[in-house]
Amino acid sequence: MVSFAQALSQNQLDLRRGRTETLQVNLGLLCNQVCKHCHLGAGPHRREVMDLDTMRQVADYAVRGGFSVVDITGGAPEMNPHLPELIRRCTEAAPRVMLRSNLTLLTGGGRGHLLELLRERRVAIVASFPSLSPSQVEAQRGAGVFEGSLRGLRLLNQIGWGRPGSGLELDLVVNPAGAFLPPQQEAAQRRFRGELRRRWGVTFDHLFTLANAPLGRFRDWLLSSGNYDGYLDKLAHGFNPCAVQGLMCRSLVSVAWDGCLYDCDFNLAAGIPLGGQRVHVSQMPGPPPEGAAIAVSEHCYTCTAGSGFT
Amino acid sequence: METPVDHYYDAKDLPRFPEIAKEAPELAKKFFDWAEAVMADGALSRREKCLIALAAAHAVQCPYCIDAYTQACLEQGSDLAEMTEAVHVASYIRGGATLVHGIQMRNQAGKLSL
Repeated sequence: MVSFAQALSQNQLDLRRGRTETLQVNLGLLCNQVCKHCHLGAGPHRREVMDLDTMRQVADYAVRGGFSVVDITGGAPEMNPHLPELIRRCTEAAPRVMLRSNLTLLTGGGRGHLLELLRERRVAIVASFPSLSPSQVEAQRGAGVFEGSLRGLRLLNQIGWGRPGSGLELDLVVNPAGAFLPPQQEAAQRRFRGELRRRWGVTFDHLFTLANAPLGRFRDWLLSSGNYDGYLDKLAHGFNPCAVQGLMCRSLVSVAWDGCLYDCDFNLAAGIPLGGQRVHVSQMPGPPPEGAAIAVSEHCYTCTAGSGFT
Repeated sequence: METPVDHYYDAKDLPRFPEIAKEAPELAKKFFDWAEAVMADGALSRREKCLIALAAAHAVQCPYCIDAYTQACLEQGSDLAEMTEAVHVASYIRGGATLVHGIQMRNQAGKLSL
C-alpha cells in the first residue's frame, strides 16, 4: 500500500485549504456509549471535557472567524453541562449550528430545557443511526441502543425535527458495523427513508454515509480481529482522486476539548495538530488561511474511499 | 509465472481475478463489463442483486464468490438476517431440485416394476 501522501502526489494532487467555513467543536470524550467504531475512544470513563473558559474562547473564535457553520460534536455533547451557553453564543455568531447526537441522551429525561433551546435556535440535529438492523446497531453501539435511538427519533419528529416545513433539520449518519465500506449514499437514503417511515413512522431530511476511520477503538478492534491490513488496503484501493477537492478538511477547522486546533476530527484523534504545531483557539486571529497545507496520514484514505466523506 | 500450487483455494487469489485477462484480454473485458452492467442498479437495486449473488455463490459453492458477496452485501447495507435468508433460499432450491428428481426416480421405477 502506498502512503496517502504518495497517493496524492501520484495523482498530481496537493491537499491545501480552501475557504474555511466550518468550525467543528469537540466538547470532549465523555460519552454514555462505548461504540466499537469510535475513532476517539470516547466513553463514560473519559474525563476529557471542555471547560467553561475554553468554551467561551471557542465562542469568541466563532465570532472572530466569521464561520458559516458551527458543528458541535463529542463524545456526547449533551454530557457537557455548558452546552446551552455554547448553543446560545454560537447561534448568535453563525447562521447554521449543528449538534451531533447519538439520540439516546438528547431525548432522555431531564433534557426538556435543552431541546427547547435547540428548537428555539433552529439547531440542526445530526444523529447517529447506523443501520436498520437492531443487531448491527447494538453490535456497534451497545445493548438497548436501537430502541433508545428510535425513541429519540420519534420524539424529535414530534417536536418538529425532520418534518417538512418545520425549519428543524434532522439528518442521519450511517456508518458500517464492521471492516467494510458504507453503502452508496443516495441508495441508502432512499432505503432508510422508506423503511423508517413504513416500519416506525419516522421521517428525516438527509442521510450521510460515512466510512469508519482506522483510529482509536476501531483501530484496536481491526488489529485484534486481524482485519487491519485488509481494511487499510480496501480504503487505499478505493482512493478516488475526485473526492480530494471536496474533503471536509479543506473547509473545516476542528477545536478539541482543550482548545487546541486540528485540520479535522480524525487528525484530532491521531494527535496531528493544525499546521504541525499545537495552537490554542485563543491565539487564532481568524480561520486558517486559504492555501495552508493540511497534515495527512494513512487514516486520510477513509475520506477518499469511493465518493468521499461529508 | 503462476504461483506454485499445493492446495486448491487461497483467499489471496480473489483480488487476482483480473489476471484471467492475460491470455484472453478481449474476452475478459467483455465478461467484466457485462458483470458490472448486470450488478448495476436497474429494475432490481444493487443491494437486492448482491443478495441474489450471495445465494447463487452458495448454490455453486464458490468460496471466492461467498467472500466477495458477503462483503458486498454488508457494504450495500444488508444485515446478517437478510443474508442468512438468502442462503436458505439457495439451499431450498438445491434441496428441492434434488428432491423433485425423486419423481423421475418414481417414474422410472414404475416403468420397470410390476
